[in-house]
Amino acid sequence: MKRTDRLTTILNWATVAMMLGGLAMVFLYAPRERTMGDVQRIFYFHLGSAWVGFFAFFVTMISGALYLWKAEERWDILGSASAEVGTVFMTMAIISGSLWARPVWNAWWTWDPRLTISAIQWLLYLAYFMLRAGIEDPARRARFSAVYGIIAFLTVPMSFLSIRIWRTIHPVVVGGESGTGAEGAFSMTAPMRYTLFFSLAAFTALYFTLLHHRLRLAWAEDRVARLRQRVLSRM
Amino acid sequence: MSFLRKVIAIIYKDVITELRTKEMFSSMLVFSLMAVFIFSIALDLAASDPLDTTPGLLWVTIAFAGTLGLNRSLAQEQENHCIDGLLLAPMDRSAIFFGKALGNMLFMSVVELVVVPVFAVLFNVPLLRGSVWLVIVLGTAGYAAVGTLFSTMAVNTRAREVMLPILLLPVSVPVFISAVNATGGFLAGDPVSDVANWLQLLIAYDAIIIAISFMTFDFVVEE
Repeated sequence: MKRTDRLTTILNWATVAMMLGGLAMVFLYAPRERTMGDVQRIFYFHLGSAWVGFFAFFVTMISGALYLWKAEERWDILGSASAEVGTVFMTMAIISGSLWARPVWNAWWTWDPRLTISAIQWLLYLAYFMLRAGIEDPARRARFSAVYGIIAFLTVPMSFLSIRIWRTIHPVVVGGESGTGAEGAFSMTAPMRYTLFFSLAAFTALYFTLLHHRLRLAWAEDRVARLRQRVLSRM
Repeated sequence: MSFLRKVIAIIYKDVITELRTKEMFSSMLVFSLMAVFIFSIALDLAASDPLDTTPGLLWVTIAFAGTLGLNRSLAQEQENHCIDGLLLAPMDRSAIFFGKALGNMLFMSVVELVVVPVFAVLFNVPLLRGSVWLVIVLGTAGYAAVGTLFSTMAVNTRAREVMLPILLLPVSVPVFISAVNATGGFLAGDPVSDVANWLQLLIAYDAIIIAISFMTFDFVVEE
């Protein structure tokens, strides 16, 4: 394996460019929100991280299903790599949300549906990693974590629905009618919308780049293990 | 032998074992009774409205007592490699899953038959109603099904019994939310139309989780 192949280079630089572009748009192009002020700018990062976290766990579920169907090791590697990247982004979404909520809701944390569901998702994938860490046999680890990745992801919408029936205070900014009465809700102007779409795209690019690097690391680990085997067998 | 008879044979085997050892029943029951007393001490229940707190306490007790029973149920199959014998039997793997899951549900229900009246008496709440029992049966069904699947996984990990609650509790969030709210709604005397949402959610969860558990069980017991 070469130190950096072409795909890695392209992904690296495209992501750097998009993240810088996103930062510029968030701080220079997007207007200052009237009531919340600059703190509203966290929203662009917050939504990007939350979206990537959710998408990453979706990838974990799909690769779990593919693993159970094909029993090929690469789907296990993809599923666990995506879950790792997803957990990082979910953590960022929770932290950035707390930073925003402190001035706007006057509390770091509330038990609102969307906050609760991110906490549950975070715990689900913590359990996923504990399960993986507790199994030595690679085939069994792959099968169990595939099953868990599928069930974990499928229960998320049901958990969300059940928490949702309780009253929500989380603002519905995208796709909801404006003026929902939720504290911190605002209607987006066109520049805000462009900034949001661009930062979603930038975060998605960042996800694929990190996933790519995580997969390369897994291949490198695999190669080291094989080389060690070969050296040991010659001694 | 038909599918149903195979399932019943597995339940029968578990019932016989349980009647001889009383391992699951006694551990779940004693744990539940202790939990009731710990709750009453820790939360000073005399001061708060029992109608508000009892549904939550009841479901916490069922959930944790359930993990004890579910763990035992699969751990005893693992000891002396009984599970290998079961897997070698000429039958569909799903019969094993349904047999074990229904058996676990049965044992949990027997414990609930004792614990719920204890809750009703000690906290002075009218839990002994058909509607509340319906919620308990629905909640237990999904919990026991996915719990059976996960405890089959848990006994094969290094952490063994400790693993089950970690896997099971975050996945069972919909059960707790809807069961606690449905129980509370029925206790408060809300009209059925208000509680129907929660019952539908419980039924949907049971249907989905039982279907996935049954479909993936093969991969969990595969060697």
